[in-house]
Amino acid sequence: MLPALSSLALGILFGLGLSISEMTDPARVIGFLDIAGRWDPTLICVMGGALAVTLPLFPWIQKRQQTILGEPLQLPSQTRIDGRLIVGAAIFGVGWGLAGLCPGPALANLATASPAIALFVLAMIAGQRLALRFAS
Amino acid sequence: MAEANLYGGLIGGLLIGLAATLLLLVNGRIAGISGILAGLITAKFTTDWFWRAAFVIGLVCGAALYGWFRGAIPLQQQASNSLLLFAGLLVGFGTRLGSGCTSGHGVCGLARRSPRSLAATATFIACGILTVFLMRHVF
Repeated sequence: MLPALSSLALGILFGLGLSISEMTDPARVIGFLDIAGRWDPTLICVMGGALAVTLPLFPWIQKRQQTILGEPLQLPSQTRIDGRLIVGAAIFGVGWGLAGLCPGPALANLATASPAIALFVLAMIAGQRLALRFAS
Repeated sequence: MAEANLYGGLIGGLLIGLAATLLLLVNGRIAGISGILAGLITAKFTTDWFWRAAFVIGLVCGAALYGWFRGAIPLQQQASNSLLLFAGLLVGFGTRLGSGCTSGHGVCGLARRSPRSLAATATFIACGILTVFLMRHVF
C-alpha cells in the first residue's frame, strides 16, 4: 500500500515538473533539437535542474544500499555498452525527433485528452511489446 | 515558438530531480518512465504492478493539476497523426531495446555515473538533432 501511495505522490510531482517546464509541449522539445533553427535552450535548464538534485543525492542513496523502509534498492545490473543499447537509443532518438515526445511527456499529456496523444501512447505500447517479444 | 522558458525549465527540472531522488529513496526504484510503463504492460496486478500504475496515474494527474491552475496544458502538435503513429512505435521499440529513455538514462542513469546511460543519452540526443535537422531543413 505504502509503495503505491508514495509512487502516486511522486508521479504527481514528476508530472508537475514536466508541465511547469513545458517539456510536455512537443514544440519545446523540437525547439531544443533544432540547432539549425531558432534554438530553444529550455531543455538544458530542465536536465540541469534535475541533475542538480540527482547527481549529488543518488550516490548517497546508493551508499545506503537500502530505502528508508529498509528494502533493497532495485538498480540496473547491466554495465556493457553493446549494440542493443546504441541501436535502441538511436531508434528512440529518431522517434523523439519526429514527434517531439518521449515516454514521460507522452503519458503526462494524456491529461489533455488529445486523440493524437492517445494514438502516440498506443503506438508506443505496441512498440514496447514488439521489442519485448522479438528482441529479448 | 515563444521565448525560452528558462525559469519554468529550471523549477520543473528541480521537481523532476526531486521526484526521481525520492522514488529511489522511498521505493528503491529508478524513475525511468519507459521502464515503468514496460513493467506495467507485462506484469499484471502484482505488488510490482501497483506502484507502476500509481506512478503513471500520478504523471497524468500532475499534468492535469497544472492545466487546472493555468487554464491549459500547452500542446503544439509537431507531426501528422500518421507520423505520430510511426514515431510512437519507434519510441516504444527503441526505449525497450536500449533499456531506457530521457528520464531513465538521462536523469537517473547519469546520476548513477553509468557509462551505458551516458552513451545512450548522447546517442538519442544526437539522433534527435539529426532527425529534426533532416525534417526541418533538408526535406
